[in-house]
Amino acid sequence: MTAVETDAPILSKGSAVGQSVPRKEDRRLVQGQGVFFDDVKRKGMGYLHFVRSPYAHATIVSIDLSAALELPGVYGTLTGDEVAILTDPFFQIAAPPGGHVKDYALAVGKVRYLGEPVVAVVAETRELARDAAELVMVDYEPLEVVVDARAALAEGAPVLHEDCGGNLSYSGVWEWGDVDAAFAEADHVVSIDQLHFDRFNSTPLECGGALVEYNRGTGQWTMYTNNQFPGFAAIMMGPAMRVGLDKLRIVTQDIGGGFGNKITSHPQLVACCLLARKLKRAIQWTEWRTEFHQSMSHGNERWFEGTEVAVKADGTLLGFRTTAIDDAGAYLRYEPLGGVIWSQVAAGMYKWRHIRLEFTQAMTNKAPVSPNRGYSRMQQLWFTERVIDIVAHTLGFDPVEIRRKNFVQPEDMPYETPNGCVYDSGDYPRAMEMALELIGAERIEERRAEAASRGKLLGLGIGSTLDSGTNNFGQSQLINPDLQFSGNNEVATVKLDIFGEVVVTLGTTPQGQSHETTAAQVVADILHCEVDAVHVRAGHDSYWNSHAGFSGTYASQFAVTGLGAVKGAADMLAGQMVKLASMVFQCPEDAIELADGFARIKDNPEAALPFMALGAIPNANNAGFPEDPPTMNCRFVYRPPFDVPDKERKFGNLTLTYATQIHACVVEIDRETGVTEVVDYAAVDDCGVRINPQIVEGQVMGATAHAIGAALWESFVYDEDGNLLTPNFYDYHVPHALDMPPLKTGAFESPSPFTPLGTKGMGEGGGGGIHCICAGIQDALRAAGGAIVTDSHNPYHRVWEMLANPERSRGTVEVTSR
Amino acid sequence: MSVSTTSTHRTISVEINGTTYERDVPASLLLVHFLRDDLDLTGTHIGCDTGSCGACTVQLGSAAIKSCCMLAVQADGASITTVEGLASEDGELTPLQRSFHEHHALQCGYCTPGMLMSATALLEQNPSPSEHEVKVALQGNLCRCTGYWNIVEAVVAVGEGGAR
Repeated sequence: MTAVETDAPILSKGSAVGQSVPRKEDRRLVQGQGVFFDDVKRKGMGYLHFVRSPYAHATIVSIDLSAALELPGVYGTLTGDEVAILTDPFFQIAAPPGGHVKDYALAVGKVRYLGEPVVAVVAETRELARDAAELVMVDYEPLEVVVDARAALAEGAPVLHEDCGGNLSYSGVWEWGDVDAAFAEADHVVSIDQLHFDRFNSTPLECGGALVEYNRGTGQWTMYTNNQFPGFAAIMMGPAMRVGLDKLRIVTQDIGGGFGNKITSHPQLVACCLLARKLKRAIQWTEWRTEFHQSMSHGNERWFEGTEVAVKADGTLLGFRTTAIDDAGAYLRYEPLGGVIWSQVAAGMYKWRHIRLEFTQAMTNKAPVSPNRGYSRMQQLWFTERVIDIVAHTLGFDPVEIRRKNFVQPEDMPYETPNGCVYDSGDYPRAMEMALELIGAERIEERRAEAASRGKLLGLGIGSTLDSGTNNFGQSQLINPDLQFSGNNEVATVKLDIFGEVVVTLGTTPQGQSHETTAAQVVADILHCEVDAVHVRAGHDSYWNSHAGFSGTYASQFAVTGLGAVKGAADMLAGQMVKLASMVFQCPEDAIELADGFARIKDNPEAALPFMALGAIPNANNAGFPEDPPTMNCRFVYRPPFDVPDKERKFGNLTLTYATQIHACVVEIDRETGVTEVVDYAAVDDCGVRINPQIVEGQVMGATAHAIGAALWESFVYDEDGNLLTPNFYDYHVPHALDMPPLKTGAFESPSPFTPLGTKGMGEGGGGGIHCICAGIQDALRAAGGAIVTDSHNPYHRVWEMLANPERSRGTVEVTSR
Repeated sequence: MSVSTTSTHRTISVEINGTTYERDVPASLLLVHFLRDDLDLTGTHIGCDTGSCGACTVQLGSAAIKSCCMLAVQADGASITTVEGLASEDGELTPLQRSFHEHHALQCGYCTPGMLMSATALLEQNPSPSEHEVKVALQGNLCRCTGYWNIVEAVVAVGEGGAR
């Protein structure tokens, strides 16, 4: 099933790096011995349940807690009015108008989306907390609702945040090259009225939650939680709670999936903290699935309106202009960062040099968005892929040829994009060839005819995407020049303990990305010991002193930042071990080598110190040394090389690495029902040096599954009153085993010239599956009226509409030729 | 409501992983919360509130059941196996657990206990299931990390004698 080609220099690999070492995490997880936040218990803890708004937009007239508080076993409550006294609004990333949003842990004065937490109730048991929440009487005065981002920006729309003077959170014009000249030079201009990227998220199987304790003596909180970006959570929580960050200890061990959706749980964590202090007991909060769907972290929905593409007669793409309207939902919890993150891949994988994109973000009466696997780049990549296929469709180019012609070529690497991003390495044509071969593209016409004989429409689609990783947080200044964030960092410590144990501590918060395993592989090769001899602590603890401001697990960066820190710390320790051995043997350091779990004199294997001796000397047996022995406890902060981008031109390198994924699929559509079946699928990945190929392939598979789900089944659908119609796994169909197509994977390695190990961040997949299924459907529909696919989400009823009325979508695309 | 009465509480006796537990439980208590909160058998997980995800799957007798869809009082007198009951006392993994490890059939590990219990029940009834039979048996278990391919492969491999 797996075709793997490797061009990476084999010398860059040690005995562990590059091998599919079985995961260290598995032993506990297959025995049910993982520790997820909900497994942590404390005597006398109170269970928290949120009273949530049944309205999408309403004024809170009054709250009556008396019936709930009278219920035996209820410990207490927290309301928005208390929160507004005890805390300040969360810091806003946005400049005005979005910067005027006032966001608290609970709704204050009004509610802005269905499911918004209004009151928190704490009781002796889960069941009792739920019962008590039912007894809280909230009197609402419903307000007019707006659920469409375009309508939210129109004159007279109901306003969510009065302080903002409207629903606009951010707008900016992003323009590079000479767009007017490109359109003057074009032989064809293809106009596309409207494209729509749908709202969904990756719905990790474990919902949000925490066990929070308050230490009254020290004023410190400890949160056992599944937040995946503790650095960000602390920066949000500390100022709001008017405490220093050291008062906020955030601990994670095992996390049941995250995909970005667990970055913005800081409001709920604040509610837990306030209640732990108020009620003098540990607070246990476990979100229910319906609550997660209603309130947590939807992906960014985005419209692209009035798109125009400048094309030469030979199919050369010169540039495009478009207006993007992004839907942030009701609050800006991580937004409007989506307003800049897309520009990491503004040009997609293509060489067009003239781009104008007007980005506007609106707030609506829907759940707040936050990062979701492929955050904001996936939307842009889907747009560029849709544009390519629509151009090919309308001008009669072959989708493969037009890609081959316009791809950034391997000899162009490193390639500076029109907006100053640097694609570090890659071979896009080769990845596409591999994907097409795996899918059996050469037999496609034969298969099309065979499918037609069964009454099916068959199509082939390509989705070419980039997985940009290791953010330069300086890009935040492109949307708010006053922000003081830039660069990136990650921390690791590697130490040798008294009995020679190699102990690694990470700043990250893995949710399945196998950091314990890959970190151990890197350390084992540097210290020349077995992978099993390296103990990597599970999870994150902000009291370990192994984190920095950007620590966490998000945005495709561990293989660069996390392992960069691990390598740095392990190199330091290796140097200290050599130095200590040279002190013991009274020889030059260059006479010492680390090998087979010893520090020894190179030409005298008898003179060898085991790790145990090296660990013991500084820690427990240090008398008589003429100078201080090295500490054997090494902390390294990896900092990627970035400059602050040019704010005027919106120009600069926004991420360090660009992994490539090219997906290809064959779909069959039932003409009667519009049901799409994916019958063949291939995903080719190039993420530079792979520390552990099996783990990389696992990430490719997972990202593929998310994209297939989003393309065909998964959607957060709201009615016009702001009711979420898909609030659980009944209505929100997550693919199960029978839904998955046969999959072939392929890989090759174009090492990054910019990273310590030649690795690139990967794992998000850039939504490749969404792009290729859209393309496959459009290809299949060519034989039945030639509808154009204009939505990222194509359930059977939408496909059926395209079959029934192909003119409708065709009429939204026009070609003007010279 | 925290007051125990005969109408709201009942004493149950359940054998779990070979040990018999007698507990006084509220009638409204779900079996999964009984396992997790009362007995601290936290390997059984919860991923939804509609009986859709299968993270809470345990074996009741020979059948794989969703412990969120059953009250604790309904399990009175039953014999239950949870994920903690799979490996031997000295930590020797079952062939299925080993196969999950070897085939990278888990990432975050949250769905894994439920997957293992559904697959264990399948393999007891059908020691050499086909790929399709495995998918049918696992269709009530959601995984959001792996896309299922490696999970299906791991279960099929056990039926084929553990060969990859």
